[in-house]
Parts: sequence; C-alpha cells; structure tokens
Amino acid sequence: MQLGRVTGTVVATIKSEGLEGVKFLVVQPLNKQQEPVGRPVIAADAVYMAGPGELVYFVASREAAEALDPRFVPVDHAIVGIVDQVMI
Amino acid sequence: MKIGRVSGNVVSTINHPFFDGRALMFCDILDVNGEPNGYTIAVDTVGAGVGEAVLIIDEGTSARQIFGLTTGPIRAAIVGIIDSIDTV
Repeated sequence: MQLGRVTGTVVATIKSEGLEGVKFLVVQPLNKQQEPVGRPVIAADAVYMAGPGELVYFVASREAAEALDPRFVPVDHAIVGIVDQVMI
Repeated sequence: MKIGRVSGNVVSTINHPFFDGRALMFCDILDVNGEPNGYTIAVDTVGAGVGEAVLIIDEGTSARQIFGLTTGPIRAAIVGIIDSIDTV
C-alpha cells in the first residue's frame, strides 16, 4: 500500500456495471517524505469519506477490485484508508 | 518476499473494514546491501517494532492467506522479524 494525496474528483455519469455510486478521486502518489512521485492516478473511494486535500493510503490492481462492494468491479486503484498520522 | 525495515506506523481511523484492529507499519524496502529502495505500508502480523528488520510479503493472495481469508484489499504484510542475514 502506498501513501497518496487526494487532489481532485472525477465525475462520470455513464459507468461500467458495478460502478454505480462509486466515487472516483484523483490521487497523487507520495514518497516517504510525502512529496509527489510519479503521475496521479484515478482511484475509487472504498471508504466513502475521502475528499480533496486528504492524505490517504491506497491499493492497486487486484487488491483494488477487492476493496469495493460488490467485489471485482473494474477499478485498478482504490483508497482503503484515510491517514490521521504517519509517525516516522 | 522482501526485506524491509520498520520506520514508523500509520494511524488511520476511517478505513476499509478489513483494516479494523490491524496495525499498519510504514516500512522501507531494503536492497540486499541494506540500502532503502522505496517503501510500502504493510499490515503487521508478528508484533514488529520500529527499527526492526522484517520480512515482508508483497503479494496480495499470499498476504490474504496469512489472515485465513480469500478476500480483502491487502497486498503487503509483515510475516517475520529478521535476526540476521548472511550472504556469501
């Protein structure tokens, strides 16, 4: 799992089956120092509470498809937690 | 499996139900020379503490198996605390 910063929202009216009601957010992956690294990704919000500006952790690939209910919907990144604090 | 070093922990109140009651550790991934090369956030299963060298499973299906589950949005888990590494 990786840290990320939510930087925006994505609105899509016409979506694949199973994605109704799923919120999509733009997430910028972060490194250990919480600096941006790589390109932003579009992630499904599996905690239903994440919003722009928040520090989150997310999973990719099959794990992302596991995060939503119903499972195995077509997503490749999913936010699975909102970070309160990283103690390093 | 990968070698890592626990460098901190991640506190999250709002998360996917899978992570309820599970400890999230911030781990540097180490190369064979012990140099940090990236990081991952892993679920602890062995009671690892900050500063310890650990074995990390960084593969979803294997990680789920450790928890006796076939589903769950997890990819990385700490599965051992390393006492020593000897290379020829």
